[in-house]
Amino acid sequence: MSMTMSQKILAKHAKMGVVRPGQLVMADLDLVLGNDITAPVAIKEFARFKVDKVFDKSKVVLVPDHFTPNKDIKAAEQCKRMREFASDYQIDNYFEVGRMGIEHALLPEQGLVNAGDLIIGADSHTCTYGALGAFSTGTGSTDMAAAMATGQLWFKVPQALRFNLTGSLGTWVSGKDLILHIIGLIGVDGALYKSMEFTGDGVASLSIDDRFTVCNMAIEAGAKNGIFPVDDVAKAYLASHCKREPVIYEPDADAEYEQTYEIDLASIRPTVAFPHLPENAKTIDEVGDIAIDQVVIGSCTNGRLSDLRIAAHILKGRTIAKGVRLIVFPATQQIYLEAMEEGLLKIFVEAGAVVSTPTCGPCLGGHMGILAAKERAVSTTNRNFVGRMGHVESEVYLASPAVAAASALAGKIANPELLEDN
Amino acid sequence: MNARGKAFRYGDNVDTDVIIPARYLNTSVAAELAAHCMEDIDPQFIKQVKPGDLIVADKNFGCGSSREHAPLAIKTAGVSCVIAASFARIFYRNSINIGLPILECPEAAKGISSQDMVEVDFSTGVISNITTGKQWQAEPFPAFIQKMISSNGLIDYLRAEVLK
Repeated sequence: MSMTMSQKILAKHAKMGVVRPGQLVMADLDLVLGNDITAPVAIKEFARFKVDKVFDKSKVVLVPDHFTPNKDIKAAEQCKRMREFASDYQIDNYFEVGRMGIEHALLPEQGLVNAGDLIIGADSHTCTYGALGAFSTGTGSTDMAAAMATGQLWFKVPQALRFNLTGSLGTWVSGKDLILHIIGLIGVDGALYKSMEFTGDGVASLSIDDRFTVCNMAIEAGAKNGIFPVDDVAKAYLASHCKREPVIYEPDADAEYEQTYEIDLASIRPTVAFPHLPENAKTIDEVGDIAIDQVVIGSCTNGRLSDLRIAAHILKGRTIAKGVRLIVFPATQQIYLEAMEEGLLKIFVEAGAVVSTPTCGPCLGGHMGILAAKERAVSTTNRNFVGRMGHVESEVYLASPAVAAASALAGKIANPELLEDN
Repeated sequence: MNARGKAFRYGDNVDTDVIIPARYLNTSVAAELAAHCMEDIDPQFIKQVKPGDLIVADKNFGCGSSREHAPLAIKTAGVSCVIAASFARIFYRNSINIGLPILECPEAAKGISSQDMVEVDFSTGVISNITTGKQWQAEPFPAFIQKMISSNGLIDYLRAEVLK
């Protein structure tokens, strides 16, 4: 019986030779993640188990990243509850403000993710780690509580969709454009309950950051997980971050995919998702004149160093348009430091941007960049639902860091290919 | 175990941000969350919903964030069941885990209008539109899921059934 990458990882963690799509399995977890919004609910549920320890204090990760630095008293109380829990249960991987980052950029950076791992997180974008060949998926707080207590969780073995990539992306085109294109193609429920598995010669041309971005947004197509093969690019990243030896699973040659999509990376254009769904994808050539009030560059989707580099490359020596607010969020303290050392933060500030501490804040309309009624933002984040970044009458256009930076300069959604002296 | 009440009807892709906007996620107190349930899609919902009422929607209900606050707000607002053509997977799992019954049934979703009186029999999966007299068969929950829902969710179920 042939299996996909995702199915093989589930089979291994369920201590089974073979698993089939639709089968329910109980599997051992390598990592359990929560944040300041989801962990307090999980901690309350965990208490009802009346157990005196978590299953493995080195395998629980707690990151206060959503409403931190504490945005108000209630948020402060939630963070305090999580901090006290981390202390009471001696959680090794609790990342305090000053050490923390946006969870899905932080965990791989800190070497907590390995190829072949089975990871759950009480955050929907936990699917990000598929970039490193892990099976990772978002769950709710009750699942997180059960996982912290038992180290196990039940899974329904997913079917898979295959995206066979060929060629390579154009100069101003990134993993963000690729995943927005794919979500436009299959819709926000196009991969519901399924794995999105990426294969093909084109994979080698994608940077690890591009792959993080692609897997990060698998959930926006409804997927259970997204996953890339572990090639030299992934191995090099793991070798410099994770202390464990990678465990590599390859799909069987005759693995069953419900559908295969052939994607020529060279054909992908800079892509923008219009309000109010990530599936409303248009190429930059179809966008038209859309004036904007705010630009956000950052998040678990696009707050990594390569994202900041490309934005800085575009913004260097230029000033953002009058009437536009540009907010840049390095995703982790490490990225912040490197961006500072490379002079990127100086470029941002000189261009008229504000540079923030790492936080999920504006992406989910929490704090640090809320939109008023009728305001429009171009954002490198992952969702553009009604009211996502603020008022229900505000609008979010999802785009790559390159499109976002070019748009900040133009005061309207703009094509980075058309900037002079690039 | 049955549900019976009036239907609140919504369309495709009702996301967790409109079910419970993130600006209210600085608390995990269920009653506080319920007070803002569906606020960004239907501000009248919380003023009109009565214990036992149902939410009926089209495809991909509950898409977006993993926030368990979403099904918790719906349950605490008094909703007895959500019927949709399909559900986003994290929302589906979260609902079962906290003991909010949800049923996938595209035909019933299509055949129920706002304010219709609806009855659901969880043991058989039969959904009845009392207003129009129509009936549909949804896949009934397996026994362990029924037990999980009647025990108020996963934790109490595990405590009673697995950890005893």
